[in-house]
Amino acid sequence: MAVCVAVIAKENYPLYIRSVPTENELKFHYMVHTSLDVVDEKISAMGKALVDQRELYLGLLYPTEDYKVYGYVTNSKVKFVMVVDSSNTALRDNEIRSMFRKLHNSYTDVMCNPFYNPGDRIQSRAFDSMVTSMMIQVC
Amino acid sequence: MEAAAGAGCGSGPPLLLSEGEQQCYSELFARCTGAASGGPGSGPPEASRAAPSAATAAAGPVADLFRASQLPAETLHQITELCGAKRVGYFGPTQFYIALKLIAAAQSGLPVRIESIKCELPLPRFMMSKTDSDIRFGNSAELHGTKTQIPYLISEKNTFKRMDDEDKQQETQSPTMSPLASPPSSPPHYQRVPLSHGYSKLRSSTEQMHPAPYEARQPEGPSSGNQGTKPPRHQASLIRSFSVEREPQDNSNYPDEPWRITEEQREYYVNQFRSLQPDPSSFISGSVAKNFFTKSKLSIPELSYIWELSDADCDGALTLPEFCAAFHLIVARKNGYPLPEGLPPTLQPEYLQAAFPKPKWECALFDSYSESMPANQQPHDLNRMELSIKDVADFPVSTEDMTGDDKQATKSGLLPPPPALPPRPCPSQSEQASEAELHPQLNRASSQAAESSPTKKDTPYSQPPSKPIRRKLRSENQATENQEPSTTVGGPASVATVKPHPIVQKQSSKQKKAIQTAIRKNKEANAVLARLNSELQQQLKEVHQERIALENQLEQLRPVTVL
Repeated sequence: MAVCVAVIAKENYPLYIRSVPTENELKFHYMVHTSLDVVDEKISAMGKALVDQRELYLGLLYPTEDYKVYGYVTNSKVKFVMVVDSSNTALRDNEIRSMFRKLHNSYTDVMCNPFYNPGDRIQSRAFDSMVTSMMIQVC
Repeated sequence: MEAAAGAGCGSGPPLLLSEGEQQCYSELFARCTGAASGGPGSGPPEASRAAPSAATAAAGPVADLFRASQLPAETLHQITELCGAKRVGYFGPTQFYIALKLIAAAQSGLPVRIESIKCELPLPRFMMSKTDSDIRFGNSAELHGTKTQIPYLISEKNTFKRMDDEDKQQETQSPTMSPLASPPSSPPHYQRVPLSHGYSKLRSSTEQMHPAPYEARQPEGPSSGNQGTKPPRHQASLIRSFSVEREPQDNSNYPDEPWRITEEQREYYVNQFRSLQPDPSSFISGSVAKNFFTKSKLSIPELSYIWELSDADCDGALTLPEFCAAFHLIVARKNGYPLPEGLPPTLQPEYLQAAFPKPKWECALFDSYSESMPANQQPHDLNRMELSIKDVADFPVSTEDMTGDDKQATKSGLLPPPPALPPRPCPSQSEQASEAELHPQLNRASSQAAESSPTKKDTPYSQPPSKPIRRKLRSENQATENQEPSTTVGGPASVATVKPHPIVQKQSSKQKKAIQTAIRKNKEANAVLARLNSELQQQLKEVHQERIALENQLEQLRPVTVL
């Protein structure tokens, strides 16, 4: 259902980015990149005092005519960005939340692997398969 | 080339076949023709029986055979051309033999030329697929019982997978073949991928499941012969890194599963586990395991993948079965086996626990405890239920009172725990049972009572590996559920037969959910902590650098002030 999924590290470089390879992938990468600004804006808008209470799910970051971009930040400032197709109106907020939750859980599992150094690219097969299951099924 | 081949075809093969080759080739040829006899047609319509042995091999089985040699398609085309089959239009024995020789040459890395076949070559190697070709060849192989040597290739990934499927079909093979020197007999085409070292023949005896059509898989004389060459190389490195005692000669002739752990391997893994972590029911932390496995000199991505496969509950630590699975995968990888897509069933923690019930230590950690320890379980379970406060004094008395009656009660209440503990905590029964299991570790003396409660809190469970947070939560769960049964079971034990039964079951489902949520919370907490850790370390580095910079400045300023 997602067209592009990206995991961005705290320093704003991508740890994992994958998109449906049907069209110009660069466009998705660019969208993810620009969405980082919006993410930072939302985080700072919360205020430092509320950092602990800040919710992880950021919601719709910004819509374009074809796509919508959703964001999610973890407590250690790792960002998950997801681009979904606008035509897929059946997607509700809850579903997006659950998708992010799955992402977060898989990311946690990757972290638990002692051979994974934080800051490395994510190369876990389990993570890949989970993302694949989330990606849109292009007929 | 073609002329030479033509000349060869016309006047009899100029190539000299050794006796072994002769037998092998004729056998293969016979199979190709024999198999084709029932087939639709034999090759091109103009196939004529002009060849010496008045038989032609049909294109179908021949093509299968050639494909099984795992050579690229263009090479096979070249070979077909060179041997003259294309020219004459059929695969007579001459052409067939030449083709086989060329295949052997190609597999040895020589260019596909007629000259190549003039020299001494090993026999061609074929990886057959698990189809009728196997049966076809296999059966005839058994009939033949030839003494040809046909070395085997280490399988590719797909054949490997097929092998996983067929592992059940392995039969025990008496190791009549001396491994390295000259494998006496061999059925030609198998995809045997034995893990040569460490696999005792005892193990294979357990795996004979479908002997019928695959009896012909007289395996591995040759495979062992071939494998013998490869493993020693791997073993040498492995020995250096792990100081493992492996016998290159002990090539198992049962290539069945490389994913099955033999007794000796198991013992070795367990010993290694003990060297890292003295408590067998506990777990090895990620960093310790990382250091240990890094010694195996595998690449980090591979190690990472192996960890991903073996750490079933993704908690960053390895229990004993997980450790054994990981170690086994590393050993397999070092011996050239490609890593599987998923954890093989024989390496699952439940399977490992069930398959190797004999404990290495005193504790009956891996016993199927349903039958063996009811007596042990009951007093302890009851004890926990009974003791909201640590009633050390009452323990021996209550134990005796309760033992007889509540044995039945809890026995009926607790469903017989499965022989293998699931990796994820399941109903309370398994928890209680697993806790009870740990008790034999402790002394049966009077300290039991005192230990039972702290055991709950302190002793980590065999399954799953528990961290301090989890243990506290679990003991809280235990405490909550113990309150309830204690009220009901606390009464006269004789009545308790029926009462705890439904109560325990209700609690089990509640506990299940509670435990699962607790696990989730713990996982998240763990992740957060891990990330915080990494961030703090980065900050530490930055602070260090700042400090160095400041010190430099101080150094520069100091002489100025002095002056």
